[in-house]
Amino acid sequence: MDRATLELKKSRAFLCLECGKCTAICPISRFNNSYSPRRLLADGLFYGADNLITNPLLWSCLTCQLCSQRCPVDVKFSEYMRDIRAEACRQNQWGNASHGGALHHIMEMAAAPALKQNRTGWISDNLKVKSKGEVLYFVGCLPYHHDFFAKDFDYAPLTAAVDTVKILNHLGIEPVVLDNERCCGHDLYWLGQLEKFDELGRLNLKEIEQTGAKLVVTSCPECALALKRLYAERLGGVNFTVKHISELVAENIDKFEFSEVPLKVTFQDPCRLGRYLGVYDQPRQAIMAIPGIEMQEMPHSRRGAICCGTTNWMNCDAVSKQIQHSRLTEAKATGAQTLVTACPKCQIHFRCSQCGDESQKVDINITDFVNIVASALEG
Amino acid sequence: MAGKVSKTKKKTAKAKFVPNIVAFACNWCSYAGADTAGINRVQYSPNFRVIRTMCSGRVTPGHVLKALKLGADGVLVSGCHFGDCHYIFGNYKAVEQFDRTKALVKTLGLDERRIRLEWVSAAEGTRWGEVIDEFVAQITTLGPSPLNHKPKSRK
Repeated sequence: MDRATLELKKSRAFLCLECGKCTAICPISRFNNSYSPRRLLADGLFYGADNLITNPLLWSCLTCQLCSQRCPVDVKFSEYMRDIRAEACRQNQWGNASHGGALHHIMEMAAAPALKQNRTGWISDNLKVKSKGEVLYFVGCLPYHHDFFAKDFDYAPLTAAVDTVKILNHLGIEPVVLDNERCCGHDLYWLGQLEKFDELGRLNLKEIEQTGAKLVVTSCPECALALKRLYAERLGGVNFTVKHISELVAENIDKFEFSEVPLKVTFQDPCRLGRYLGVYDQPRQAIMAIPGIEMQEMPHSRRGAICCGTTNWMNCDAVSKQIQHSRLTEAKATGAQTLVTACPKCQIHFRCSQCGDESQKVDINITDFVNIVASALEG
Repeated sequence: MAGKVSKTKKKTAKAKFVPNIVAFACNWCSYAGADTAGINRVQYSPNFRVIRTMCSGRVTPGHVLKALKLGADGVLVSGCHFGDCHYIFGNYKAVEQFDRTKALVKTLGLDERRIRLEWVSAAEGTRWGEVIDEFVAQITTLGPSPLNHKPKSRK
């Protein structure tokens, strides 16, 4: 048995019943007939996982966990994919990275200990932050997304960071923002670059430890997942609690006095926040607390929410576009004017699908959870 | 014998910094410009490696960042002068891509002078030499890139 096949034991892949529920629910299989999680699993088990290493479909999986929700024997398909990808990386195989791999290069460069980043330029004088304290705000890739995407879309990713600090300031919290915070490594983890992930994790944990933070707040569900669960899994326990900003807002909802925002909205559950971390109610609670907001649920919501079409900046193709298009159509059909999402990446992917062919464009506003909460604070 | 080897290693460790530069040159102007420099026997610094691309507009942040990630001390992107582009607007695209790269490099905390965008035509062999010399001089004053991870000498 090859090494990759041995790894499969961890992801419970040997328990597969071949019932095919995963393929029935998979958002990629819906638009790409040749992609089937069941077949990828069966191929790996019968012919050895090494056979999958050169298969380009290996990099298609969104790791959105929708299949694991339906699996009767709880096969962890995303983890199965991660293990085979890890083996593929060891053999120098790599998939089709979007944007020429620029974002992956940035993640890997962030692991260089000598790097001194310049990432806090967005902090203006009216935002209160400090360098040591109990609460830390982990910004994530927002400064890089800003440099990369702000010109393409009518969207400034860093507003999410500004609004998160505004919300925290409103709660009387002056968060710590790290000058030299590294990439959380979430994407590299799911792409199987586990050694780089560990390097990034160690650097981040060291930086966070130096500030003495007890609570780490993130505005990105992927950072929350990495800091909360993946660091604990790979690097031993962490000595702080991790919360997504929506959890913090929901806990302290009495402390907010929102002004009216007349708007019909619908909510996109990011896969990392929902299916991975189990946070479904908190963002909804917070949004509903704003007077004037009317919430319409999409048919696929909560545990059954459909992914935004691309993860880990990999394999973005026509299938991704179709997933995004159908998801936006679904959002529009609820009668909502605005789609609220709690993940900056969902927003980038949906906005990207709105670019290009005008006749295909689904005309719906997309905004981040923190933006909508902060706008109700100001008004 | 073993003692001799370690002596030479010590010498290289103390040697002064020699920059490593990656130059992306477009097929129609700058690569031909580098050729002209060779044919005309222009004397200039040898510290660069040329990668030929069909157009400078093809050089995305991904290419430049990968070069930096792998330890390049500087990256040069070179294309045709405005109005001379073989694909008419390719070099305008190069400017767009380069601005984005510059923003990313700044946020990464690397000196933005480590990357450079230049226009060199096929006839400007001398200019190619001047551009390289100037860039090498600049990178030499900036010192090695913080990402320049040379293999550590083993004892």
